[in-house]
Amino acid sequence: MNYLAENTEIGALTEAVFYILLSLYSPMHGYGIMQNIRELSDERVNLGAGTLYGAINTLLERNWIRLLNREKGSRRKEYEITELGKSIVKAEIKRLEELLENGKKIAGGANQ
Amino acid sequence: MKYIVRKAFWDYEKEEKWLNEMSAKGLALTDYSWCRYVFEETPQSEYTYRIELLENLPTHAESIAYIKFLEESGIEYVSSYMRWIYIRKKSSDGVFDIYSDADSKIKHYKRVNTLWSTLMWSDFAIGLSNIITGVKDVDKTNIWNSLKHINLFSGIFLVIVGLLFFRLGSPIRKKIRKLQQEKIISE
Repeated sequence: MNYLAENTEIGALTEAVFYILLSLYSPMHGYGIMQNIRELSDERVNLGAGTLYGAINTLLERNWIRLLNREKGSRRKEYEITELGKSIVKAEIKRLEELLENGKKIAGGANQ
Repeated sequence: MKYIVRKAFWDYEKEEKWLNEMSAKGLALTDYSWCRYVFEETPQSEYTYRIELLENLPTHAESIAYIKFLEESGIEYVSSYMRWIYIRKKSSDGVFDIYSDADSKIKHYKRVNTLWSTLMWSDFAIGLSNIITGVKDVDKTNIWNSLKHINLFSGIFLVIVGLLFFRLGSPIRKKIRKLQQEKIISE
């Protein structure tokens, strides 16, 4: 399977991956990502460290995020989203908008 | 004040539960070696404990990187045994789970299941070959000569241990199936 073909076949992102990518619009280290996701989701999403570690490695492999060159003296690894990663997020937002729109149209909003 | 408890667990999830019950009483694990737990006194429920099976030994470069990552996220590495690690986090930090989605949970359960299956099959293989050798060697002139039956008995023993590993893996396999089923309808 070539790289482009693989990209067009991406289905729904997991909640964890979506939030990790969003967090990395500004550079962050692992613990920062966990805290940021907890805040963004109003404490609803508590990402496990093992789950995050696996996701980070997969995202690095796929080039959706990259490791930042560390300044001397800083111990923690920092990550940042790539252009490819941003295009994945955009595509996911489009997909979510479709879901939301249809949901509202047919079932009414969450409070109706 | 240190407390040493000698105890054996087959099931790591029961072991984890026990460690958290001890922690709730104010006894926090600080070291583990084979069937030997060392506790120190702490305020009640100071720590939440988790046990994880790594892909490699803790001394492997990949494990070192992973443990470093855990430590950076406020998790403390307590002890290890073979590929198992004992880790803890301050309970005041909130819920502590290593894996928060079905995929990563399944991956870890599969790793544990592979370990028990490997041990089961090697016990069966060695056990059965011992039994075969033992049966061939049976001294028909003196059936009560137990020394001659050592192969047979050790073979039977190994097969029984193999069956125990089978039983140990069975709830794990059930959990994997359940998670895979849930994954069909939700993440």
